[in-house]
Amino acid sequence: MRDSSIGSADGAAGSVTAVAAEARAADPALDALQTEEYTLNLGPQHPSTHGVYHAKLRLNGESIVGCENVIGYLHRGMEKLAESRTYAQFAPYTARFDYLAGVLNNWGYAMALEKLGGIAVPERAEYIRVIVAELQRIASHLVMLSSMVIDLNAVTGWMYAFTAREGILDLLEAVSGSRMNLNYIVAGGVTEDLPEEFEAKVKRTFEDLHARLDDFDRLVSGNEIFLGRTRGIGVIESGQALEYGMTGPNLRASGVDLDLRKDAPYGIYDKLDFDVPVLRGGDSFDRYHIRLLEIHESVRLVEEAMAGLPQGPVRTKLPKAWKPAAGEVFEQIESARGIQGYHIVSDGSAKPYRMHLRSPSFVNIGVLPELAPGLTIQDFVATLASLDIVLGEIDR
Amino acid sequence: MQTLNDLFLIVASFFRGIMGSLGFPPLLTDAVMGLVSFVAVAALVTVNIIVILWVDRRVASFFQERLGPNRVGPFGLLQSVNDAAKLIGKESIMPAAADKRVYKLAPVIIFTVTMILYGFLPYGRGMSPVNMNAGLLFFIALSSTSTIAILMAGWGSNNKYSLLGGMRTVAQVISYEIPLAFSMLGVVMLSGSLNLGQISEAQRGIWFVFLQPLAFFIFLVSALAELARSPFDMTEAEQELIAGYHTEYTGMRFALFFMAEYANLFCVAALGATLFLGGWSGPILPGYIWFIGKTWFMVLVILWLRWTFPRARIDKMMKFNWKFLIPLSILNILLTGVGIKLYQYFTTVGR
Repeated sequence: MRDSSIGSADGAAGSVTAVAAEARAADPALDALQTEEYTLNLGPQHPSTHGVYHAKLRLNGESIVGCENVIGYLHRGMEKLAESRTYAQFAPYTARFDYLAGVLNNWGYAMALEKLGGIAVPERAEYIRVIVAELQRIASHLVMLSSMVIDLNAVTGWMYAFTAREGILDLLEAVSGSRMNLNYIVAGGVTEDLPEEFEAKVKRTFEDLHARLDDFDRLVSGNEIFLGRTRGIGVIESGQALEYGMTGPNLRASGVDLDLRKDAPYGIYDKLDFDVPVLRGGDSFDRYHIRLLEIHESVRLVEEAMAGLPQGPVRTKLPKAWKPAAGEVFEQIESARGIQGYHIVSDGSAKPYRMHLRSPSFVNIGVLPELAPGLTIQDFVATLASLDIVLGEIDR
Repeated sequence: MQTLNDLFLIVASFFRGIMGSLGFPPLLTDAVMGLVSFVAVAALVTVNIIVILWVDRRVASFFQERLGPNRVGPFGLLQSVNDAAKLIGKESIMPAAADKRVYKLAPVIIFTVTMILYGFLPYGRGMSPVNMNAGLLFFIALSSTSTIAILMAGWGSNNKYSLLGGMRTVAQVISYEIPLAFSMLGVVMLSGSLNLGQISEAQRGIWFVFLQPLAFFIFLVSALAELARSPFDMTEAEQELIAGYHTEYTGMRFALFFMAEYANLFCVAALGATLFLGGWSGPILPGYIWFIGKTWFMVLVILWLRWTFPRARIDKMMKFNWKFLIPLSILNILLTGVGIKLYQYFTTVGR
């Protein structure tokens, strides 16, 4: 699952030629035209590669005959850095993996540490974790929606979704003091209790969110041009999605019902009542639509958790020089982009011997070279946006 | 009121009279007056570009719940002046591998063409700087030459994104010229003239938008494509092609492209106002005020569309043109012809 999906330069070049030959065989007119293929480097500096993703496209006119993923421009050596930091010192780094869903990364790391050290989490902390994590999921999905529509040049929709996200970020700031790179969920609970009058703030924000999402939905979702650009574009069959190890909303948009919150519940998700939206189309539109549906489910989860919030402590204090027993753990959570797993090997010292992240974006992007042939540049940009990658967790 | 309406004409004839009495030969008088009207048009273009730029950004920001430029000058009105001054001060970088002559010439050509187009517009009764009988035909012919400039920019930059933008432009603009010209034919049939002044004159009773609603729709759609405005802005397509044909342009060369785009926008809006909204005809206010007002209405409609729609896909857009818009525009010509004949028949029978 790890590196197989990103082909090496030689391997990809070979497959490109094969696809080109196939396209020529399928359409005899192509030979008569005497067209010439050329390479276009889409990225790493390009307005719609969502950071520094780089696609080497082989093009025939505007249609793609081959695509090669090039990653690593945002590599910061975070997994190696973990080996020279104590467990607590590395915790803030985790929010920089998937920087659009920082607190979800916190949670995965905290869960791995809790399993490693057998730490109990107070019940109130578990509820707060769900509240903050689902707020973060909403914020992350709003970024996806807005970057998807701006890649189709629906600039107004982009502003609507981003303004809605501001409200959520304000809540996260009220909780943790930080808007993006939170270090809130830590091993043993959460760093602080919820602030005063948080429930009222959440209520106000959700009212605003619903109004803005309705506006957004009316402006974008039914638009004929938007549908024309996304329906039936970049279709991932359910089998294909499973073969590539895709997870998260991208997988559920292809008709596979897999959500760790339901299928392998962690925290208190088994006590909460929510649905997992599943769509069948597998195209760019379904991947866009499922995020809209998931936002509404997340709102429901936050409201439920707020209603059932028990009293009590929010954190089990760990000693400053915390040394877990030697061993290794793998813990995974349903992040905003799919299954995010932390593999930590401990040698009994205060620092991890090895830390590895299974990041959903890294796995999801692997399917793109297979999707790309046959698409145009415009479709490619829409499909890339619909996969919702974050380079921070691809390159780490 | 009549005096106010003919203000510019009276001023013009006054100067002509002075020059005549001073013993200037008629040819020199014509040349001087031509120069004056050219300067007037150039001033109008410049002022309009600055105002449109500001309005575009302000309107967009009101659509999107933000403030937009509001710091430089009253209501941020001088922001565009500031930007233009900044662009003049920027270094003009040329790619080493560019086709130098073509690269340098392209922005000049595109801006010149746009400036010439302004000369044909009827700003009021008898207020066309160039009053040509085949004015509309000349307008269409001239406006399509900007395609060449864009292709030159795309080719000369020696950049794949630029080239893609340039090629898209050629395909798009040439295709959409057909329904654009056909939609104007209905108007020409009704007014019986290709002279833009006479077309305005013919709409004193009723605006052609009520007689030719289909043609107006076709005109609006194909004008958007001609201008390469969203939802048909494939030629620039920042999300796909960085900036399309002007990716490699910086400084004042880029500013020329940018200004030509907005100048074109105003020009086509003015043409729409002339052909369908009655041009300078209207009650009470002087004709030139009506003309500018109607043009600005068209500009705002185009801006409104831009900030509402996503970008279409180029192949679907071409399909839409060849399979829907062109047949529709031909149908419109047929309907107009039948309508004119029926009207003539019934009016003669009534007599």
